[in-house]
Amino acid sequence: MGIDFDYAPAPESTGIVDIRQSYGLFVDGRFRDGHGTPFKTVNPATEEVLAEVAEADASDVDAAVRAARSAYEKVWSRMPGAERAKYLFRIARIIQERGRELAVLESIDNGKPIREARDVDVPTVAAHFFYYAGWADKLKHSGYGETPLGVAGQVIPWNFPLLMLAWKVAPALACGNTVVLKPAETTPLTALLFAEICQQADLPPGVVNIVTGAGATGQAIVDHQGVDKIAFTGSTGVGKAIARSVAGTDKRVTLELGGKAANIVFDDAPVDQAVEGVVTGIFFNQGHVCCAGSRLLVQESIADEFLDRLKRRMATLRVGDPLDKNTDVGAINSAAQLARITELTEAGEAEGAGRWSPECELPSRGFWFPPTLFTEVSTAHRIAREEIFGPVLSVLTFRTPDEAVAKANNTPYGLSAGVWTEKGSRILAMAGQLRAGVVWANTFNKFDPTSPFGGYKESGFGREGGRHGLAAYLEGGR
Amino acid sequence: MAREQARIDVRKTYKLYVGGAFPRSESGYSYEVHDSKGGFLANASLASRKDARDAVVAARKAQSGWAGRTAYNRGQVLYRVAEIIEDRRPQFVAAVRSSEGLSASRAEAVVDATVDRLVWYAGWADKLTQVVGNANPVAGPFFNLSTPEPTGVVAVLAPQGSSLLGLVSTIAPAIVTGNTVVVVSSYARPLPAVTLGEALATSDVPGGVVNILTGDALSVGPWLASHMDVNAIDLGGLAGVDGGAEAAVAMQVAAADNLKRVRRAPATEPDWTREPGLDAMTDFLEIKTVWHPMGV
Repeated sequence: MGIDFDYAPAPESTGIVDIRQSYGLFVDGRFRDGHGTPFKTVNPATEEVLAEVAEADASDVDAAVRAARSAYEKVWSRMPGAERAKYLFRIARIIQERGRELAVLESIDNGKPIREARDVDVPTVAAHFFYYAGWADKLKHSGYGETPLGVAGQVIPWNFPLLMLAWKVAPALACGNTVVLKPAETTPLTALLFAEICQQADLPPGVVNIVTGAGATGQAIVDHQGVDKIAFTGSTGVGKAIARSVAGTDKRVTLELGGKAANIVFDDAPVDQAVEGVVTGIFFNQGHVCCAGSRLLVQESIADEFLDRLKRRMATLRVGDPLDKNTDVGAINSAAQLARITELTEAGEAEGAGRWSPECELPSRGFWFPPTLFTEVSTAHRIAREEIFGPVLSVLTFRTPDEAVAKANNTPYGLSAGVWTEKGSRILAMAGQLRAGVVWANTFNKFDPTSPFGGYKESGFGREGGRHGLAAYLEGGR
Repeated sequence: MAREQARIDVRKTYKLYVGGAFPRSESGYSYEVHDSKGGFLANASLASRKDARDAVVAARKAQSGWAGRTAYNRGQVLYRVAEIIEDRRPQFVAAVRSSEGLSASRAEAVVDATVDRLVWYAGWADKLTQVVGNANPVAGPFFNLSTPEPTGVVAVLAPQGSSLLGLVSTIAPAIVTGNTVVVVSSYARPLPAVTLGEALATSDVPGGVVNILTGDALSVGPWLASHMDVNAIDLGGLAGVDGGAEAAVAMQVAAADNLKRVRRAPATEPDWTREPGLDAMTDFLEIKTVWHPMGV
């Protein structure tokens, strides 16, 4: 049987994207130079330099906060909600119109497959702006009052650059706040394109300010006395540092941090769907997902069969060029992240877990890691406790529902969890006992603007999305 | 014939209320409690680090069972506490009078307000989920529901001034939703807290749901703020305390070690007679969102 069903390459054209050689900061409605040391952002799939980006130092952050304050006091907080809404609707429309451009740029700067950027990230971004646009003139019905907080300092990660921007900017603006946002240093380009979209929408200057840089720039935002609210998505370590640094201030804080979600598969689960859900849960976005289902808890009686099927499915994942429309798993976002994944997986082997990856050819340049699973994992292993933030699944087994709950909850994190079973009453009982902010039952990694997302315990506090997401940006939402 | 003598008082040393029992402080220390004019009232146990840790263990042990009660049942249990305070009215009035230096009629008013406050919170038990939860109309074939759940074990630094109404106004909102609490009472006015503990012991509130430590929030608070098995802390009792603002900062920093939910201390103690908002409850809740496909 010699028919070879190889895929022909199906590359998305990059012609739609115009990447400039260098980018400034977006402050008070225009681009300007920064006073820090410019840095380079690279395409993680090829390691080629994409652009040089300004670094905002403390004085630049100060200028951005002043611009945001001025826009807040003179324009945005005084504007009727219905008018604010129209700006947000405009932005949403432009995002749809420039969707392909945004998707390609996101894929190039982040390394995620174009299929995901195109089908998940960008449509969800537009939907998020549409959703919160509609709240702007209805806040008196929100349950949190109508009073905005002022200037919001927002620091976002590199895994969903534009989507995390939308989660931060849309509710903040809808509620009448102005923002100073810092994208991650490895993925600044779509945020800077978003700045152009703000100009295109004639958004009043200073309502959205985008300052680029790394940790020091973020710290300058968090520490700035003119900031009324901090919203951060990123690591639990940085989240704790932020919680410490706002002690004694009146700053409000919301934190979306790490996770180590359990995806629990019972022996009566719909197996094919569960396999798909487990694969989506950990290999979506290269596993660079805080709510990734990085621990598979499979009931002992079906573990062998389930693992066989899982491996068979993993062997069909296509790893490679993010811009190829057939690619399932793209590039690891940075050399630093690749080093972290490598270090933790080596620890997994050293601690005695069994490592497996399908045969797959990785490109010679760029940052790559094959889809990997570990069996014979114990709850004490580092790969069962620490967030790997990569395409690595740790497999554990359980016998009873109680044991599954105990193992699932045995983590300082509490962001998400998955349950797979055909038994409705068991789903509801499990959902009640899992200490996690989002529980996906017979599905995984679903997101929607109307649905609140956020963690228990050390996965942070506050919710993004839905009516609850307004609480983070209104006085009455404490 | 012996001359009739004035009867000697039986001077009491009050104990802590932990896990439904009344232990002495493990430290062995107690302190003198005085009335508003400086007269001796009683000795109270001076809670230590170990007492705080024991109380957290008791609170953790009780938490899942308490959260697992039906909301209706938690409401009934809180209402029953209101009834017991009503039954023991003279004792509570006396405790408030001596502690806060109030006239009889004003102390009566405080006890009235306390009973009313408990009744108010009792009623929230089976309504809050409907007010702060949501069905979410996601753009896809999914059932999607967000509901509040208790945060877990909450440490409460109770107000220093309002020793009964303020105390109950900080405990009730935390427990009505299914949290369990470790409370550090007013330092100078612990007797209403002791009396409350005695009332709770004869109520239907399971042991460990409310644990009451008498003592100094400035010395016990830091142990609770840094305790890795405490999920949240209410710093309200530091309002108006000498050195309270600095202590609040230090406790907030310590609380970040496991990202406790922190209810910050106001600059001054609030007017507890005003009707509360929902925030005393919602500050100690987590929103959980559950997804399930529909139609397949």
